[in-house]
Amino acid sequence: MSKNSTVRKRGSLAAFLRHSSVPIMFIIICAICIPLSGLSPSYLVNEIVTRMGRNSFLIISLLIPIMAGMGLNFGMTLGAMAGEIGLILVSDWQIIGIPGMVLAMILSIPFSILLGLFCGKMLNKARGREMIASYIMSFFINGVYQLVVLYLMGSVIPIKHSSIKLPRGYGIRNTVSLLSMRQKLDNLIPLTIKGVKIPVATFLVVLVLCLFIVWFRRTKLGQDMRAVGQDMEVARDSGINVDRTRIISIVISTILAGFGMVIYLQNMGNIATYSSHSQIGMFCIATLLVGGASVDKASIGNVFLGVILFHLMFIVAPRAGAAITGDSMIGEYFRVFVSYAVITLALIMYETNKRKTKILEGERLKLEQMEEEAK
Amino acid sequence: MSNENTPLLEMKNISKDFFGNQVLTDINLSLQEGEVIGLVGENGAGKSTLMRILFGADMIRETGGYGGEIRLNGEPVNFSSPFDAIAAGIGMVHQEFSLIPGFTTKENILLNREPKKGNIASVLFGDRLDIVNRPAMDDQAKKAIEMMGVEIDRNMIISDMPVGHKQFTEIARELSKENLKLLILDEPTAVLTEREAEALLESIRGMSRRGIAVIFITHRLQEILAVCNRVVVMRDGFVVHESPAQDTNVPEITRWMVGREVKTVAASDGQTKDKEGETILKVEKLWVDMPGEIVRNVNLEVKEGEIFGIGGLAGQGKLGIPNGIMGLYQAGGRVTFEGKEIPLNSPRKCLDASFAFVSEDRRGVGLLLDESLEWNVAFPAMQIQNRFLKPALGGLIRFRDEKAIQEITQKYIDELAIKCTSSRQKARELSGGNQQKVCLAKAFALSPRLLFVSEPTRGIDVGAKALVLEALKQFNRENHVTIVIVSSELEELRTSCDRIAIVSGGKVAGILPASSSVEEFGTLMLSQVR
Repeated sequence: MSKNSTVRKRGSLAAFLRHSSVPIMFIIICAICIPLSGLSPSYLVNEIVTRMGRNSFLIISLLIPIMAGMGLNFGMTLGAMAGEIGLILVSDWQIIGIPGMVLAMILSIPFSILLGLFCGKMLNKARGREMIASYIMSFFINGVYQLVVLYLMGSVIPIKHSSIKLPRGYGIRNTVSLLSMRQKLDNLIPLTIKGVKIPVATFLVVLVLCLFIVWFRRTKLGQDMRAVGQDMEVARDSGINVDRTRIISIVISTILAGFGMVIYLQNMGNIATYSSHSQIGMFCIATLLVGGASVDKASIGNVFLGVILFHLMFIVAPRAGAAITGDSMIGEYFRVFVSYAVITLALIMYETNKRKTKILEGERLKLEQMEEEAK
Repeated sequence: MSNENTPLLEMKNISKDFFGNQVLTDINLSLQEGEVIGLVGENGAGKSTLMRILFGADMIRETGGYGGEIRLNGEPVNFSSPFDAIAAGIGMVHQEFSLIPGFTTKENILLNREPKKGNIASVLFGDRLDIVNRPAMDDQAKKAIEMMGVEIDRNMIISDMPVGHKQFTEIARELSKENLKLLILDEPTAVLTEREAEALLESIRGMSRRGIAVIFITHRLQEILAVCNRVVVMRDGFVVHESPAQDTNVPEITRWMVGREVKTVAASDGQTKDKEGETILKVEKLWVDMPGEIVRNVNLEVKEGEIFGIGGLAGQGKLGIPNGIMGLYQAGGRVTFEGKEIPLNSPRKCLDASFAFVSEDRRGVGLLLDESLEWNVAFPAMQIQNRFLKPALGGLIRFRDEKAIQEITQKYIDELAIKCTSSRQKARELSGGNQQKVCLAKAFALSPRLLFVSEPTRGIDVGAKALVLEALKQFNRENHVTIVIVSSELEELRTSCDRIAIVSGGKVAGILPASSSVEEFGTLMLSQVR
C-alpha cells in the first residue's frame, strides 16, 4: 500500500523526502553524535539489541489502533498498568522465572480487557480527537491505578510479603524487585555472537507477534478495521459495526501492551511502581514516529527502524553532550525534549500534508482550465 | 408464468411530507422485470425522496415515514433499513461515492461481503477472524466487472482513479450482489466523460437483457431516450407525465420538467426595464474547487444596481461562484470590483471591499447558533467595520454599544417580521425561515455595496419565501445595492432578478433576461451537464 501511494505522488523523490523527513533527521543526528560519543561499535550494537528486545513488543501494540483509524493512541498506557498489576501480584505470590511471567501476562488480560472496553467506549464518543482524549484518559486511569496500588493492595487485596509492602501495612513500595525473573526470558536461549548478547527467546516472542499482526491484517476483522480507519461513514453504510470494530482494536492494543510491559519490566529487573508506565506511551509513540510512521499509517518496519534510530540517539547523545558541554545531564534532557518535539512535528506534518493534497486539487483544476484555453 | 402480469415493483399512492411540507403526492409507479425507466425532474421535484422511500433510508423513518404501499413481486414490503432493501434485491448507486479511498477496486466491490476462509481462530472466536480469501475475491470482482461490460482495473487504489471509474466501481459493487433485481442509478453519468457514459448506457442495456430492472435518474435527456423503455417526469412532488421513450423527445420532456405551462411569464414585478448601469463586478476566468460544486472558467459582469440571478441544476457549480469569490473555497482567476482587483482566497478582503454574503449553509457558516439575535445581527459589522462600538479611555479600549445594537436588531425584527420572543433570543431556537431572515439582517447591517445571497429560500415555507424575496428587492431598490442571488429555483429567480445566468457543467451556459421563456432556461440548464 505504501508503495502505491508513494508512486502516485508526482515528483516522488521530493514527496519521499518530505514523508521520511523525521527518520532522515535522526540518521543525521546519530551520524554526528556517534563519533563524538567515542563509544565502541560493539557496545552500541549490544545496547541496541537489548533495547530492541525490551521495547519492540510494546510499540507493536500501537499498530492495530492506527490501522483502525484511531491515531497514535495512549490507550496502551492502560494496558501497561494492567501488566504491572499482574507482575505485582505474581511477585507477591513468589512465582518466579518464566512461569511467573506467563502468569503475570494471564493476570493482566482481564484488567486489559476491562480498561480497553472503557477506553474504546470513551474514544467512540470523542471521534477525531482520539489522541488527546486517550492521553488525558491515561492520567485519569493512572489515578485509579494509584488508588488500587497505594490503598487497596494490602488492605483489601491480600499482599503477604513485606518486601513489597509499604512499612505502614498497606500499599506497594516505590520499587518492586523482579530479581527472580530478571532477564529470564532474554537468557532462556543463550546466544552470543562476537560479544553481542542476543535475547533469542524475546526475539522469538516478538516474531510471533509480528506474524500475528501480519495474519490479523488478512482476517475479515483486519479488513474491516482498515475500512473503518479510512472512512467510517462508508464502512457503516456497508454494514460494518463501526463502534464495535473500534472498541475491539483498542482492546487488542491494551492486551498486547500488557504483555509488552511484562517483557519490558523483566528486562529492566524491577518495577518503578508509580512511574514505569507514566511515560511509556509517549516514548513508544515517539519511537514509532521516528521510524517513519504517521498518524494514519504505520508498519512493523517503522517499529524496528524507530527502535534503532531513537535508542541509538539516546545512547550516544549523553556522551556526545558530555563531550561537548562537559555535562552528562544534557542527555536526559535531550531525551524528553526530543520525544515531545518528534510528536509535535509528526502531528503538524500530518495536517500540512492534508492541506497540501487539497491545494493540489485546486492546482489541477487551474491546469485543466489553462489547457482548455490553449485549445 | 403468473409473474407475466405481476410487476416486479409497484409503488401505489406514495405520499410524503416533511413536517407538513408536502414533497410527494400520490405517486404511482410500476416496473416490470428487465425494464428501464428514466426518472427526470428539476431539483426538488421529489425524485431523491421517492428513491429514498423505496430504499428504506433512515431519514424517511426519522421524519415520520411515508403514505402508500410498495409491492415487490406482488408482496407488500416495508423496509426498515437500507440493508433490508438490499436483502430484497434492490441496489442503489448514490450520487456521492460510497467508497473506501485506500482500498483497491475489488476490495471496494466486495466491501463487507468478502469471501472468507475459516481457521481455528475463527472457530474459537467468531467468524470475524476468518481469513479474507483474496483469490476468490479477485474472481468475484472480475465477474462483476465483466457483467458490467466496462473494463476497469480491479487492483487499482480508488484514490488514484479517475472519477468515472469510481462510479463504475460502485455499479460493479451492486452487480456483484447475486440477488440483484432492481438497480437505482442516481445521476450516474454526471461525472462520466462522453465515452464512459456511452459505455454505461450499453451496460444498462446488458442488465436489462439479464432481467435486472433499472431506474435511471439523469439530467441528460438524450441518454434517457437512448436507453429507457419509459420516461417518468416529476415536478413539485407529482408525476406529471409518463410515456414510452420512443413517443417523446427532448423539448417535450424539458417542457414537462420546468412546466408551469399555464402561467404567463412573470418577470420582475412587470418592471422589465433594462438597467443600463455601469459594470460594478467583473469576474474573469474564475475557477473554484468547491467539492460537488466545481466552477470552471467563469466570466461574468454584474451591473450596478441590478439584481443578478445565477441558476442551474444542483452540482453544476452555481454555489461555487459566490463561495469562491468570497474566499470560502480555494479559487483562482480575476475578480474586479469598481475597477479594483479583489484578491481571492481572502474573505476579509472581500468584506473590506464591502461585499456581504448570505451563505446557503445557514447553520454552519451563517449564524452563531448559540448567541442572541443581537449578536448575530451586529457581530460582523462590529468585527469588520468597527461599528456599534463606543470608545473609552480616549480610544484605548472600545466597548460594545449595547443600545445601538439593540436598536438596529429591533429595527430588522420589525422590518423583516422575524418571529421571536425578544432580540435576545438565541438564534438556534428560531425556525428555518426566521433564521434565514436573521442572516439577511446580518448582511443588511453591514451596509454592503454588493450582496451575494445563496439559496435564500431553501428549506423555508412559502410565506417566508415571499417575504425574504420582497426584502431583498426592497433593499436593492432603497439602498441601491447590487445583489447576486444564487438559487436552484428558476421561478424565484425569474420573479426577482433582472438578468439570469445559467450555470451548467461549471460554466456559464448563457445569460438571459428574466423575461425569457422557461424552455430557453431549461435548454441552457441541460446544455453542458457533466
